[in-house]
Amino acid sequence: MSSETNELDTFRAEARAWLETNCPAQMREPVRDEEDVFWGGRNARFKSEAQRAWFEACRDRGYTVPAWPREYGGAGLSPAEAKVLREEMARIGARPPLSSFGIWMLGPALLHFGTEGQKQRFLNEIARGEIRWCQGYSEPGSGSDLVSMQTFGEDRGDHWVVNGQKIWTSYADEADWIFCLVRTDKANKYQGITFMLFDMANSGVTTRPIRLISGNSPFCETFFDDVTVPKSYGEGVPAYVGEVNRGWDVAKYLLGHEREMISATGGMDRASSLGAVASRQGAALDPVLRAEIAQFDVDALAFTAMSEKFLDEAKVGRGHPAQPNMMKYAGTELNKRRNELLMAAGGSRALEWDSAETDGGRPARGWLRTKANSIEGGTSEVMLNVVAKRILELPGA
Amino acid sequence: MPLYHTDDQAMLAETASQFMAKEGAIATQLRHWRDRECKDGFGHALWKQMAEMGFTGLLVPEADGGLGMGHVEAGIVLEEIGRNLTPSPFLASSVLAATALQAGSNELKTRWLPGLIAGDSVFAVAIDEGPKHRPERIAARAEKSGNGFRLSGQKNFVLHGASADMLVVAARTSGSDDDAEGITLFAVPKDASGMSHDAVRLVDSSMATHTRLDDVELDGDAVIGEVDGGRDVLSKVLLAGRVGAAAEGVGVARGAMDRTVDYLKQRKQFGRLIGEFQALQHRAAHLYSEIEIARAAVMKAAQLLDADSERAELMASVAKAKVAKAAGLAVREGVQMHGGIGMTDEYDIGLYMKRDRALQEFLGDQYYHADRVAELSGY
Repeated sequence: MSSETNELDTFRAEARAWLETNCPAQMREPVRDEEDVFWGGRNARFKSEAQRAWFEACRDRGYTVPAWPREYGGAGLSPAEAKVLREEMARIGARPPLSSFGIWMLGPALLHFGTEGQKQRFLNEIARGEIRWCQGYSEPGSGSDLVSMQTFGEDRGDHWVVNGQKIWTSYADEADWIFCLVRTDKANKYQGITFMLFDMANSGVTTRPIRLISGNSPFCETFFDDVTVPKSYGEGVPAYVGEVNRGWDVAKYLLGHEREMISATGGMDRASSLGAVASRQGAALDPVLRAEIAQFDVDALAFTAMSEKFLDEAKVGRGHPAQPNMMKYAGTELNKRRNELLMAAGGSRALEWDSAETDGGRPARGWLRTKANSIEGGTSEVMLNVVAKRILELPGA
Repeated sequence: MPLYHTDDQAMLAETASQFMAKEGAIATQLRHWRDRECKDGFGHALWKQMAEMGFTGLLVPEADGGLGMGHVEAGIVLEEIGRNLTPSPFLASSVLAATALQAGSNELKTRWLPGLIAGDSVFAVAIDEGPKHRPERIAARAEKSGNGFRLSGQKNFVLHGASADMLVVAARTSGSDDDAEGITLFAVPKDASGMSHDAVRLVDSSMATHTRLDDVELDGDAVIGEVDGGRDVLSKVLLAGRVGAAAEGVGVARGAMDRTVDYLKQRKQFGRLIGEFQALQHRAAHLYSEIEIARAAVMKAAQLLDADSERAELMASVAKAKVAKAAGLAVREGVQMHGGIGMTDEYDIGLYMKRDRALQEFLGDQYYHADRVAELSGY
């Protein structure tokens, strides 16, 4: 216990010193807009030298993915060390050096289901920010009922020919590769889907950004028109994760992971930033609005404790396996409520759509963006279905 | 410290759960004493049994004969008390009064703690003066009189006041009613002349008193802590009590939810179990989520309190308010989803609604504590 604590203390001191030296001051400021986020990829552009320096320092130390094994581009940190590093980064407000769906989603799937060859190739590419991935799950006719998806890959021996359409593919127009659910057996609903990996530069792949109510276009429609996908990228590197026709297992695993991730974002800062907006209002703050904000803070601070408990339990394998669904539901509903209150506290200023004072309409666009929180990655209604059935064990289909 | 029970705490939870389910059950305790119109509202035999389990002196330091445990452990016992609606003086005596006595002299500890630990004594705490919890304002007076003090004033919502061997009374020794300072806590024996109780049965069948102090003469050694320095002690007492009440509230919420979810799996209408209806499934799942979050908030508050953290006060108010919301939802949904039988005395769900209502008011309701969260957050 004590030697373990000492080792962690030593690690914390080292991490703190390393961050002090390597994290530029500019990279300790809050993320203001999309360009402040570095996504990597073939067409990656750095907004500033500081962003480049910070990314490269982290990449070289394995800190873009600190908990991944060293041989796959990570730093091989234990969960406890990774938590310490997160705390130390949060302490100085360090930005994530690299954001990507490869880190958040494909990486965990490969770590769990991938072959050694896949891990060597794809995880290293992700960790080094060389390839930017997007996710092909939903289709126009398959949202909550994802398993009804129709995008089809026809077996042609050593390759598939893929036809169909995906929707809500985040940043597909800027992504290099896609991890994509493709039906490979029309007769088998759950065991007829393959989790494929392929290059967006393949002929027959087109994307079209979707303009959202926020005015931004983070999502695309992606069309596959006779796209050739080879079954293998070389010895030990199949073009699919897990087994052919068993992609649904991978998808389910990833959905759980995604829900965990979405639910774990924010918490404490949710509460305090709203309080700060409220305090700036001073005497102008309506007492009834103040009361609403206070009620929100009660819920938000309590949820922060829940997030901590959830993560602590996950580390030691406690907690119900369906608990991420509950977290996703509660966390996203809370975030929507927070943004409603931010708009109310901000008054007419918060309505401005492109003024410099609002950083290009951040409050309004952000408020609108949060409405997707309880839709993407599984709707609140689906989350409640899962909690009702798997945790409360209520009867019925 | 991770936010889940240690092995020792899990063992205590197991023990407390079995004990309360068996000895503190609704049929044999709450209904039993209620139906006999018991003037105490709880059973002394059970209190004695709780002493044998070590619960009564759980928060008392080992040096003073107790178990020297913390608020996480007290919360574990209280959650089981809440689940079973077990009537007992545990919260008032073993949490609130015991916390007050920790600030007291050795004489006070020697006089009162052995009785508490043995389960022979019951203590009450007299803080509130009006129908709402407003401890910032203390109007009851304690004037210097000879070597001691003379107390006068009115106290309200004194749980177990008429059953108590000693009451911890907050009175003003200087300043005006709304001053933060100038408060002193006293350990007032039940036979102190000039103290009278108007006992009232509350909605949850617990007994409380309106207690009058008419020139109650006390020796100087009845003072807990420093004269005029009682605000700090009072804050500690309130903090411990609020986290404890929140833990009990989580138990009430879970007890109500468990009964309701069970009922959804048994009751048939339209040829189906009503638990198959999505309209009810979603409400039940939302309720589960709220209770889980409330429970995490209580555990966090208890850990912070045990660690003597400066954030304990904020989290205690978060916990008390969050539990009030979650438990309120649990009992309202509970009665509604039980349908007609939820309105009958025969079913227990209504008893949960009553206990929740009383717990909501005790030591500050959700509105009081949401306001404190706002104040402590700077708006």
